[in-house]
Amino acid sequence: MADATTYTYDVLVIGAGGAGLRAAIEAANAGASVGLICKSLLGKAHTVMAEGGMAAAMANNDDRDSWKVHFADTMRGGQYVNNWRMAEIHAKEAPDRVRELEAWGAVFDRTPDGRINQRNFGGHRYPRLAHVGDRTGLELIRTLQDHAIYLGIAVHMEHTVIELLLDGGGAAGAVAYDRDRGTFHVFAAKATVLATGGAGRAYKVTSNSWEGTADGHALAYRAGAELQDMEFIQFHPTGMVWPPSVKGILVTEGVRGEGGILKNSEGRRFMFDDIPDNYKPQTASDPEEGWRYVMNDKNARRPPELLTRDHVARCINREVKAGRGSPHGGVFLDIAWIKEKLPNSEEHIKRKLPSMYHQFKELADLDITKEPMEIGPTMHYIMGGISVDADSQETRIPGLFAAGECASGINGANRLGGNSLSDLIVFGKRAGEYAAKFAQQNGQPRIDTARVDKAIKDSLAPFDRGSKGENPYKVQQDLQDTMHNLVGIVRTEAEMREALTKIRALKERTSRVGVEGHREYHSGWHTAIDIRNLLDVSEAIAVSALERKESRGGHFREDYPDKVAEFGTFNIVTKRGADGSVQVSRLPIPPIPQELQQVIEEQKS
Amino acid sequence: MAQATFRIWRTQPGGGGAFQDYQTEVSEGMVVLDAVHRVQAEQAPDLACRWNCKAGKCGSCSAEINGRPRLMCMTRLNSLNLNEPVTVEPMRTFPPIKDLVTDVSWNFRVKKTIRKITPRPPDAPDGTYRFAQRDADRVQEFRKCIECFLCQDVCHVLRDHREFNEFIGPRFLIYNAQLEMNPIDTADRLQDLKDKHGIGYCNITKCCTKVCPEHIHITDNGIIPLKERVVSRFYDPVTRLLHMLK
Repeated sequence: MADATTYTYDVLVIGAGGAGLRAAIEAANAGASVGLICKSLLGKAHTVMAEGGMAAAMANNDDRDSWKVHFADTMRGGQYVNNWRMAEIHAKEAPDRVRELEAWGAVFDRTPDGRINQRNFGGHRYPRLAHVGDRTGLELIRTLQDHAIYLGIAVHMEHTVIELLLDGGGAAGAVAYDRDRGTFHVFAAKATVLATGGAGRAYKVTSNSWEGTADGHALAYRAGAELQDMEFIQFHPTGMVWPPSVKGILVTEGVRGEGGILKNSEGRRFMFDDIPDNYKPQTASDPEEGWRYVMNDKNARRPPELLTRDHVARCINREVKAGRGSPHGGVFLDIAWIKEKLPNSEEHIKRKLPSMYHQFKELADLDITKEPMEIGPTMHYIMGGISVDADSQETRIPGLFAAGECASGINGANRLGGNSLSDLIVFGKRAGEYAAKFAQQNGQPRIDTARVDKAIKDSLAPFDRGSKGENPYKVQQDLQDTMHNLVGIVRTEAEMREALTKIRALKERTSRVGVEGHREYHSGWHTAIDIRNLLDVSEAIAVSALERKESRGGHFREDYPDKVAEFGTFNIVTKRGADGSVQVSRLPIPPIPQELQQVIEEQKS
Repeated sequence: MAQATFRIWRTQPGGGGAFQDYQTEVSEGMVVLDAVHRVQAEQAPDLACRWNCKAGKCGSCSAEINGRPRLMCMTRLNSLNLNEPVTVEPMRTFPPIKDLVTDVSWNFRVKKTIRKITPRPPDAPDGTYRFAQRDADRVQEFRKCIECFLCQDVCHVLRDHREFNEFIGPRFLIYNAQLEMNPIDTADRLQDLKDKHGIGYCNITKCCTKVCPEHIHITDNGIIPLKERVVSRFYDPVTRLLHMLK
């Protein structure tokens, strides 16, 4: 611990996206001293990229909406392996969490009578997404940031956590380094909240920024917590496919919510060809009805482009594989066609989808008001994450909490668009509240200096090997290829076995990566550290996906293409064994209370 | 594949720095950030550069490209002359950390000195507010800001005159403007704008507006209306007379 400074807090929050900021705010309001660690500058976290909106049954646009409908939609979308208690809490509390943002300075789009406007989105029965054009994530993170800075929270920007600390089996804080100087810091805390987001960087084509290296997943896993549902990965159906340098960048589902349609190279609107039975009653029977739905006709059913993301992604994948794709390997997403329906379509598109207009104009030289976009699936979100208690967000490790994408449960096998931003604020708040409570009831833990020293020594090892070691970027690229090709949208037993062999070989190579130079802002070194997390989590994904011998939501097996009722009765859990190997088990889903089951049944028609 | 030369600023451990040329392959559709990443992965793994979203939404990769403040992720190579070396250097207004990365922490400290939103009581029993889209519109324009700080970088009051203690810069005038124009806000920031935040230093050269990657009309829609409010409160003879008679 020679060169490590120590900070001491009641509550340490790791990650400053929506969930981390909301947790920090709640803990600070409860009187706790709070340290907040972010990997980037404050306000740059991946939440900024969210576009479409946050789902909350406020019923501003359709008074038939209620928490019950939202709950049932979330469970249906998750194919009923969700943590039903989390889905219930989320549906009930999201409206209040959205409303309080307004008092904190958020300026949402308005309805004609001046209330928060809500838009349609895939899998949501009624217009439910509070939004600001197509930059809702920026609005959320900025609102929380600008609220948090007045609360006395100590923000540590551009710090990366390398290890969680434990004391007698409970959380004790973390070891981190700062990116600008490369020096180490110890954060001692009575309670720790993980809010580190997703794992997109394990895949070649992803909408995630460099930060999505599954740090929280891996830190918790190495500390002995359980990861759950790791086989469920959401490939967002619409990522950019051209130019190559922006491949994977998100095209909001809002484009389809505003009337955008999917077409193959033959001009066929292929989504009408494959509508799953359980969604047939709510799906439009022809393009005309679909358009009426977009125009808020309450008697119309939604167009098939707004089916759940897993399904739409697979349909696109199928079109491309069948040779009916667009020139750069995607399909066409067309919003320009609405000029047939609206006299002022150009204005309308620019006003409803300003940043999409901007993004295509500047990055692809394409005017979306005039031409169709080329899009294809991109790794967007991991439903799996750290197992938590539904009410408190506490993990299996006392004093360690997790919220947002790095936690699991609310989304089951597939997340509905818009449920992520509301997840962040609902469960971020709860994690902060319960972490502060835990801190009040417990003393300051002891710091395990041997663990600190080892963590520092391990992370500096790449410098000892210098330029003779493996290139860390190369190892990361090889992992991304492996996951993309072998544990992607469509999976098979043989390919996933091959992936596991490769992941284990990559772990071996990672122990030989080397970097040269100084520790200040050294991206190569940072990559060398991040890969360890990506590898642990990729292994958990592959092992879980092998165990689930069926297809459900964000997990599709070519060798087991059907959903199997028995697999709907448990979640798959991975844990690190005493020898360091990954252990997999099946955790039965507790029986759902009668009244919640009844809500689901009522909404099935 | 075509080759291009990138003349990238590298800091030296003892202080100071120099441009260094890197030749790398370029292909269709690439942006400057792609080229920097390629140099990083193939030739200079310790090259420091800040980035995140690669889609112009987070405002991390601000730099000066051929002398102009821009986002590296939104500057397409086909908009530059690749027959000449492309210079890439850090924002010069802020203290250097390493290579393309600068210390922008001053901005975060400045924001805390601005009065936070103070909402009026809710309009409805459920704690919600009512206001029209047209009232949201003008605030939403300012809230598009991605905090890339390019406007701060280009502002001569900060860049050339180094008035960091007297002037908050265009970013935070816009931050003030969105609070002042928020339909539910009741706080008054005019005294602070005049005395603490130096709005008088801005002489409306509009450089900030020109470099804004979000195309916010910083000067016309934000700073000028604030200046007008300050002037009519503190400098208008009629208002001052009325004040004296009170």
